[in-house]
Amino acid sequence: MMNERTITVALAGQPNVGKSTVFNLLTGLSQHVGNWPGKTIEQKTGTYHYNGTTVSIVDLPGTYSLTANSLEERIARDYIIRKRPDVVVAIADASALERNLYLVAELLSLPAPVVLALNMIDVAEQQGVHIEPHVLEAALGLPVVPMVATKNRGVRELMEAVDRVSQDTTAYIPSRPEIRADHQAVLAQIQQLIAGAVPEPYPEDWVALKLLEGDEEITSMMQERLDEARWQEVHTILMQHEDAILAVAGGRYEWIGRMIRAAVVRPRIGQVILTDRLDRYATHPFWGLLILLGMLGLVFWLTYTVGAPLQELLDTYLVHAGAEWVRSALGGAPVWLVGLLADGVIGGAGMVITFLPILVIFFAALGLLEDVGYMARAAYVMDRFMHLMGLHGKSFLPLFLGFGCNVPGVMGTRVIEGQRARLLTILVAPLVPCTARMAVVAVLAPIFFGPHAALVSWGLVGFSLVMLAITGVALHELVLGGEHVAFIMELPLYHLPNARTIGLCVWQRTVAFLKKAGSIILVVSVAVWALSVLPGGKIESSYLAAIGRLLAPLGGLMGLGWRMMVALLTSFVAKENTVATLGVLYGAGEEEARLAEIMGGILTPATALAFLVVQMLFIPCVATMATIRQETGSWKWTAFSIVLLLVLSFSVGIVIYQLAGLVGWGV
Amino acid sequence: MDIGNVTYLSSLATGEVGIVHNLAGGRGFVGRLAALGFTPGAEVTMVQNFGHGPIIVIVRDTRIALGRGEAWKVQVIKKKGEQQ
Repeated sequence: MMNERTITVALAGQPNVGKSTVFNLLTGLSQHVGNWPGKTIEQKTGTYHYNGTTVSIVDLPGTYSLTANSLEERIARDYIIRKRPDVVVAIADASALERNLYLVAELLSLPAPVVLALNMIDVAEQQGVHIEPHVLEAALGLPVVPMVATKNRGVRELMEAVDRVSQDTTAYIPSRPEIRADHQAVLAQIQQLIAGAVPEPYPEDWVALKLLEGDEEITSMMQERLDEARWQEVHTILMQHEDAILAVAGGRYEWIGRMIRAAVVRPRIGQVILTDRLDRYATHPFWGLLILLGMLGLVFWLTYTVGAPLQELLDTYLVHAGAEWVRSALGGAPVWLVGLLADGVIGGAGMVITFLPILVIFFAALGLLEDVGYMARAAYVMDRFMHLMGLHGKSFLPLFLGFGCNVPGVMGTRVIEGQRARLLTILVAPLVPCTARMAVVAVLAPIFFGPHAALVSWGLVGFSLVMLAITGVALHELVLGGEHVAFIMELPLYHLPNARTIGLCVWQRTVAFLKKAGSIILVVSVAVWALSVLPGGKIESSYLAAIGRLLAPLGGLMGLGWRMMVALLTSFVAKENTVATLGVLYGAGEEEARLAEIMGGILTPATALAFLVVQMLFIPCVATMATIRQETGSWKWTAFSIVLLLVLSFSVGIVIYQLAGLVGWGV
Repeated sequence: MDIGNVTYLSSLATGEVGIVHNLAGGRGFVGRLAALGFTPGAEVTMVQNFGHGPIIVIVRDTRIALGRGEAWKVQVIKKKGEQQ
């Protein structure tokens, strides 16, 4: 090709309109998933080729409107205003056209031509809503393309329309909404007052509208720009019209009403559709909980019957076999090199690989529940409980998955809208006791507490969850500003799952884990391995042991000797290491019975209890930490999480030990 | 249309229909609700209201779940005799 044209297209749309399905269809595996610069919100980009044109596609966050209410909305509008894409494709759910056109009404006042994709036109027909795209096109004054993304219908037509608009915008004369009649004079007044003071690249009339809407970002921008007297004038008007947002929104909906009047035919309303019938149970306070528990039971059953055996197979035939092979192949090499490769590198890489079966199952389950529309119901049922911690109902599922493994728990927080709610969930996620932590408890509790082991184990789980709740409330109040999270959530229509959407979602998340988290896990595993064998080759005399001894005074407050501190440190690589380390350090080798004999004789109940509690609340394994880094996109929050859990686990450990000592368990 | 008294969204029983009259609360909150279609004059159908906990309504063809506190800030005029 001589001169390949490149255009940029932004995909905008409200949540649950099938935007990611359209994006996946267009970009396939060419997509790149990252974060918006400096934000914890996922940014997806990809390319599509059409008639010698390279179309670079940017997936904007799904938002209901474009006011600076949330970070997502800010990102979406900033992108359009600052980066000026050649075309904005607005994807709408045809079965809820009115509400979907609200975003279009907002997009039309921004400086980029809009093409409207009417997705799920089949769902609308099923509900008896008939839409005439040409009539709508004539009314709106912009290209309207009907499509069914899940059946790959209309994609080509959409890109044709995009191409046309990008080449020639002279034919693009859209109808634009106006503010409700009773506020038109006020709007004109504000426009006059700010004329000439609006910085590039913001459109002046848009800024005036946003001022009336009470948009905080635009308000503070204009307060800086205008001189004091002028700002006071504007401010006075704004204060007199605090309810102007309703006039603006009302004006948009009036406009929408006019736009669709001729284009939409709906013969009858009020028919009971499948969604209503399913919701009678799925959102019921009692049946809904039961269904949710059933779903979760199913996911965990699948994990243990399919995932766990696969994990063992991989461990035996890949990791252990690999390590053995290295040992025999490098028979003549120096001992340290063999150790580094067999224990350090393969140990670390092996851990990453053995994670995969469980991750894939969890990601697939999450993706499926999200895609069919069940996720919102689960969130609805759990919301009243989660709200007590300042969390959103949508935090429940990821946190619950954390019982299996914290890694998918942290990654699963992607379903949570709202950066704060998501961050809060990520920060408390490591406090959910995962299977690996529970495996350690399962070995140690009988050693320490004999017949009371079961009671202690359940107590530890309950205690972890109480700490999670307390930490959640505290973080919500102290760190994240304690602002009340309003519970407003759309319950999308149920629909059949789309294998491609779910498959791509599993693929992306798995690759992200392997690429980003994988490398951190490998590095840390090798580093901890090195610390545990250097300089002499034995852990008892290693640097790690030295660090453990250094920490002994701190450990003393919790009754923990240096050996136990070292065991905690090695648990950072993998929780299972705790038992193995204790075995080596107490000279018991691999035998648990021997370990029981030795430790049972030394430890007081107070020490044992403190150790188990600290173990439960201690920083999670490196895989989880790496995932937190990957998902927050910030070393700062990762460090915060580590410090938080260190402080929490040690201070709770100290309190438990001292209290237990007071009631006479210290002997 | 028979105009009844202004009441709160949370006091509509399951199946009852109301017309949005006004929204109370901060600008951000009102803005979010308005964007979803809760503007004066919009018709709201109560889908689920157990008298406690969150509720579900249909507004502009969309099912929206609202916390009870949020639903209390939406003033509606109950439409008489429109049970669905």
